[in-house]
Amino acid sequence: MLAYIIRRVLQSILVLFVVGLVAFAMFRFVGDPVDNMLGQERTQADIERLREQLGLDQPFVVQYWRFLEQAAQGNFGLSYRQGRPVSEILLERLPATLELAFVSGLMALLGGIALGIFTAIRRSGISANIIMTASLIGVSLPTFLIGILLIYVFSVELGWLPSFGRGEVTRIGGWTTGFLTESGLKALILPAITLGLYQMTLIMRLVRTEMLEVLRMDYIRFARARGIREKSINFRHALKNTLVPVITITGLQLGSIIAFAIITETVFQWPGVGLLFINAIQFVDIPVMAAYLMLISVMFVGINLIVDMLYFAIDPRLRVDRTAGGH
Amino acid sequence: MADIQQEIRPSRLRRAWDSDLAWSFRHAPVAVVSAFVVLVLVIGAVLAPLIAPHNPFDPATLNLMNGFTPPNQANQFTGDYFILGTDDQGRDVFSTILYGMRISLFVGFAAVLLAMVLGVALGLLAGYLGGWTETIIMRVADVQLTFPAILVAMLIFGIAKGITPPEYRDQMAIWVLILAIGLSDWVQFARVVRGATLVEKNREYVQAARLIGRSPFAIMLRHILPNVLNPVLVIATISLALAIIAEATLSFLGVGAPPTKPSLGTLIRIGQEFMFSGEWWILFFPAATLLALALSINLLGDWLRDALNPRLR
Repeated sequence: MLAYIIRRVLQSILVLFVVGLVAFAMFRFVGDPVDNMLGQERTQADIERLREQLGLDQPFVVQYWRFLEQAAQGNFGLSYRQGRPVSEILLERLPATLELAFVSGLMALLGGIALGIFTAIRRSGISANIIMTASLIGVSLPTFLIGILLIYVFSVELGWLPSFGRGEVTRIGGWTTGFLTESGLKALILPAITLGLYQMTLIMRLVRTEMLEVLRMDYIRFARARGIREKSINFRHALKNTLVPVITITGLQLGSIIAFAIITETVFQWPGVGLLFINAIQFVDIPVMAAYLMLISVMFVGINLIVDMLYFAIDPRLRVDRTAGGH
Repeated sequence: MADIQQEIRPSRLRRAWDSDLAWSFRHAPVAVVSAFVVLVLVIGAVLAPLIAPHNPFDPATLNLMNGFTPPNQANQFTGDYFILGTDDQGRDVFSTILYGMRISLFVGFAAVLLAMVLGVALGLLAGYLGGWTETIIMRVADVQLTFPAILVAMLIFGIAKGITPPEYRDQMAIWVLILAIGLSDWVQFARVVRGATLVEKNREYVQAARLIGRSPFAIMLRHILPNVLNPVLVIATISLALAIIAEATLSFLGVGAPPTKPSLGTLIRIGQEFMFSGEWWILFFPAATLLALALSINLLGDWLRDALNPRLR
């Protein structure tokens, strides 16, 4: 077990090194950093001095190591477009994305599990079939079209909810939150549904499949024979055993929620890191792109690692298998 | 004897009609309808210059007075009629959709082709050669799989955009898109082909080929490849729907096809601006076309997966 954990941690660090290399290569080879930093009026001496100052005359490996050192301290230089430190811009934008991801993740998890149980228990019911068909269409709908559809219905036609922005936000230390004002909460509804819907259908289908599988097991049949109430069988006996895969998949989906937030944030002009990234691509703002890449990979790798650990903690069978197999 | 044999062996067309796959196709109404929709849309896209009432990207054929004509109505100033209406510059929406679909389909097909060739080649190499080749290829695949494909595509697009000089960016955008989506999607193919190759390479026919001294590349291409092609076909169909949606998403976000060469995604991006002022048709028709295209290819892929799966027969 310990050997496995150590190997997974080493693997994660390797992944981060590779991503770091990509980010560094972007800095170094996409456009000329010296060109980007000096204005039109420059002399050869200026260029030489800046090259030396930035360490661009050093060997590649030394430069890469310096970049990693700086990145580990959260220093990614200045944004080409805004002229401010990238870390400052990212920190300013991060709360918006995290709040959105948290709410839609929670919605996807609770809604997905509830609907999954419902469609599994009432397998041949009409409403369960309607939900299953709707979920199939939901999976085929691109995220941005869901967002546009919701804006059209709830903002343009009904005028109930705002179509863009975060509403009024409250500042608490370095964090800005939209949870405390009415306009902030209202602004959160549509983006959260847009972002969470796909994940919700995914979790729902997973829970349904797992539930159907578990409900066929002998111990469920035996519980029925013992005369235990249906509700108790469904929730205490069956649900518990479906949750292992659900937790791992949900954990892995957390990463894609953060990535798909890019699309949702653009549709709703939500001022998070995803919108920042898209704007950075449009204006070829390399430092912002590189920093976003590093930030998101640390999150992804961290989530994957935690999910792997959780798997071990939840399912004791795995521990035995892994050590016996020597893998 | 010869007569009898000819009677037993019908024509090629007849055999194709009688094959398991064709039989299953004829008995799946969803697949038939989906195939019909895809066919109509593809023909519309290919023949766009012949079908479209005018070329929406030739400024000489545009009349600004025709701007914002609602669908199925004559324009109040010029009296011109447009079946799906016009956008702000007086471009016929029906024509822009036909031309946009060309770009969407071209990028989709080309990206899947790139992903397929790359993925199948790397999967064969990894599965057949094993050792270091396998370790490196599959590690790269694992790392890439940690990140959602759309994010990888955005990143590749951003880097490629940074490398191309600004004056060529609009021209190159389509090719950059193909590269970005293709490179973001090869992992699926590689993993499946590697898995199938691992099974096939220990079969007797491969051992026989090795014994008579065929080169590893000949064995991979001529002997193993034809036997691992079924799952590749299924993944390719589903990838096509995903690639078309990915292209539309990137273009919608403004990091794809430029407004001078709009794909369906770019058209939706343009149409979104007019949603608030009531010109719904500029948004609605491109979005509906995209949805019909993606949904029918998806359904076709679902059917193909079940039809080619021997366990479900």
